Amino acid sequence: MEEIIRMEGITKVYPNGVVANNQVDFSITEGEIHALVGENGAGKSTLMKVLFGQEQSEEGKIFIRGREVKLTSSQNAIEHGIGMVHQHFMLVPSLTVAENLVLGKEPTKGGFLDFDKAVEITKELSEQYNLIVEPEAKVEDIPVGKKQKVEILKALCRGAKILILDEPTAVLTPQETSELFRELIELKNKGHTIIFISHKLNEVKEICDRVTIMRRGKNVGVFHIDEISTEEISNLMMGKEMSLDIQKKKAEPKEPVLSVDGLSYFNVVGRQVLKDVSFCVRAGEILGVAGVEGNGQKELVEIITGLQVDYRGTINILDRNIDKLSIKGIRGLGVGHIPEDRMTYGVAELASVEENLISNRYDDSNFQNKLLMDTDTIDSWTAKTIDEYIIKTDSSKRLVKMLSGGNIQKVVVARELSTDPKLLIAHQPTRGIDVGAANFIHRKLVDMRDTGAAILLVSADLNEIMDLSDSLIVMYEGEIVAYFEDMSKVTEEELGLYMLGLKRQSEDEIGRCFHA
Amino acid sequence: MHSESKFEVIRTLVAILIALLLAFIIILFVSQEPITAFLKLITGPFSSLRHFGNIIETAIPLIFTGLSISVMFQANQFNLAAEGAFFIGGVVATIAAIHFNLPPVIHPLVAIVLGAVAGGIVCLISALLKVKWNASELVSSLMLNYIFFLLGIYIINYFLRDPNAGAMVSYQFKDNAMLSRLIPRTRIHTGLFIAALCIVLMYLFLYRTKWGYALRMTGLNQSFAEYSGINTVKVIIYSQLLGGITAGIGGATEILGMYNRFQWQALPQYGFDGVIVAIIARNNPVFIPIAAFFLAYLRIGADIMSRYTDVQNEMVAVIQAVMIMLIAAQGFLAKYRHKMIVKGAKQHGKLS
Repeated sequence: MEEIIRMEGITKVYPNGVVANNQVDFSITEGEIHALVGENGAGKSTLMKVLFGQEQSEEGKIFIRGREVKLTSSQNAIEHGIGMVHQHFMLVPSLTVAENLVLGKEPTKGGFLDFDKAVEITKELSEQYNLIVEPEAKVEDIPVGKKQKVEILKALCRGAKILILDEPTAVLTPQETSELFRELIELKNKGHTIIFISHKLNEVKEICDRVTIMRRGKNVGVFHIDEISTEEISNLMMGKEMSLDIQKKKAEPKEPVLSVDGLSYFNVVGRQVLKDVSFCVRAGEILGVAGVEGNGQKELVEIITGLQVDYRGTINILDRNIDKLSIKGIRGLGVGHIPEDRMTYGVAELASVEENLISNRYDDSNFQNKLLMDTDTIDSWTAKTIDEYIIKTDSSKRLVKMLSGGNIQKVVVARELSTDPKLLIAHQPTRGIDVGAANFIHRKLVDMRDTGAAILLVSADLNEIMDLSDSLIVMYEGEIVAYFEDMSKVTEEELGLYMLGLKRQSEDEIGRCFHA
Repeated sequence: MHSESKFEVIRTLVAILIALLLAFIIILFVSQEPITAFLKLITGPFSSLRHFGNIIETAIPLIFTGLSISVMFQANQFNLAAEGAFFIGGVVATIAAIHFNLPPVIHPLVAIVLGAVAGGIVCLISALLKVKWNASELVSSLMLNYIFFLLGIYIINYFLRDPNAGAMVSYQFKDNAMLSRLIPRTRIHTGLFIAALCIVLMYLFLYRTKWGYALRMTGLNQSFAEYSGINTVKVIIYSQLLGGITAGIGGATEILGMYNRFQWQALPQYGFDGVIVAIIARNNPVFIPIAAFFLAYLRIGADIMSRYTDVQNEMVAVIQAVMIMLIAAQGFLAKYRHKMIVKGAKQHGKLS
């Protein structure tokens, strides 16, 4: 097969000084599924954004079928037959599938959108590629897996021969993932070329023909998939041997720290997001909350941490009802919170590392020296914390936005864990960060559990949930649909069935998670 | 110096330079004597002690309103009632200066404290409206400026107006009430010390106290502040209260330092000029005096230029506008900044 794309010497520096790509060469042959792997921050997405014309590189050349091209916009890349499916979907939720698909090149009749024609186009494409979608359904009503199909069809509709998929399986259940893989192989057989960005190595093994490995902005190797083992890939990705699984002893749960009893919540548009949720988290255990995103987990976390009020039900933390407590009051009970969205809640990116580290204790009496803040004490405390949590920064006065994603998350984790909380709410604690930082955070969580903290771990990452949790609840449409007291008896596939709402335990089984 | 702040300094200087260049080009077109006009604009303010004194006198109120706007902007509160607070501060100080009988030093201090309280109340109203009903402080403060201007004029006209003065001005202030002059042959007054004190206090407050910390974090990311347990409602209130107090002190100081009767017939515009000062100083109290001095220098220069040549002093508005636009434009010099970043990355060995 001939080489369809070649990128030579690509160098990209972001405005915050991060060198995302450093003299990267990258090449794919026609009709292959090519994996692009690397830790977060290794530069995979950046390289693909350069290829898709979304980012312009400082140096380097791009060739398509041997001819040099300048890709200055994604429009440009699309014209060259390149399509990209982003990690976060770029669809209009309130429009139908068909309308989304033809957006920008709508068939018209008398100046208006020809909806029937749009549906027809959608059906045709959908059948041609065996990607089944309902053309007349609204995008906001369809599940994540379907939205992804719409994204892929959208790219195909614009004539893409080369498809870039940015971590397509991150949001999918195991069932949806294997369905996607079947479809990708079908696309490949029809002559399409696919670039598959991932850091799930078993998936890469399963479906890809070749793999390019990136580390710290550089291409560190290209291999045929059967020439290399997942261990070898992982070593190249991280540059050193590192165990992927988490070592931990069996949990010894004690008295409940958090008890949620009959919690219901209606959001602003009146939809019931939480339906009579009851459970306990005990000291010395990690209770995992699994579920496809958007099944009430976010609201649950916001209510427990005080960010959201106006709920029904009773929440006790260490036998104290939190109904009348402010966020500060709840934190005062010994609650730490690693928020899901670190750039919105976790940090102020234009403040320094130090300022971000002290935001939950800036008014502590030992940080005060009469009316002023005691900068010496704060500086030495910050230095100690930066050391302890291995936050990579050249100065504690550096703005947080200058750090990499993994280090920003370490700032959040350091702040929330260094108060020795009795209850920690960890919401997607390692989303979008590199494996090294993620392992570090996982170890910290287990350490905390061993010293007797109660941890509620909410995550959409199945590996994380399965590896870390001592027991597990599954949420579907605002309800707890399963409780597993013993993680060794759970398989990913079974979990998938509960997450999709295909299976549901009896009330008695579920009720066991309310230990009080 | 940190590369980011170095870049900001360079950007500010380039903006000023371009603004002056543009001013020169315009002068070239409109004036018969462009070189003289431009020289008057640039060197005029330093040509005599009196002119230099004018710069300092003009800078004093700008320091107060610059500080006032800075503290509110740092909390991300776009309250523009500093204008009204400054005016009311002057009115209340006038009442105290006419009706009270107090010894020297004490008298102006009492008048200034009362002016501060009045100024604080003005800005506080917008804060309370925002907290209670989520009313935009930008809109309410602009409206409040008119209300307090007319209220002030009403008080002066109906209760304090001197019928024998022949103009719409108040009675004369008591001698004890006025701030003394510092340097002969200029009108530089002891308000300068009050301004200096305010700069130091504001700096310490913003960067060294827990309240200042909470205020800045709220301004940088309110969601983050709330999540961290900071009471942002309190911050929204006290940042604007403090802004109003500072503007009120400014108004009172200006009235007692520069005049012997209240004689403003319109809003003196120092509050809005405070926005310009705060933008040039990047809301940092340390840079406020520099920015205030610079703006005052431009104003005095333009004044001298218009008196000696055929160019109007409105020219300075053009310079201001270009300068502010370039400083506020994030994209200005972005390419240059990016080159600096790439160079920096190369130097740090991140690129090989």
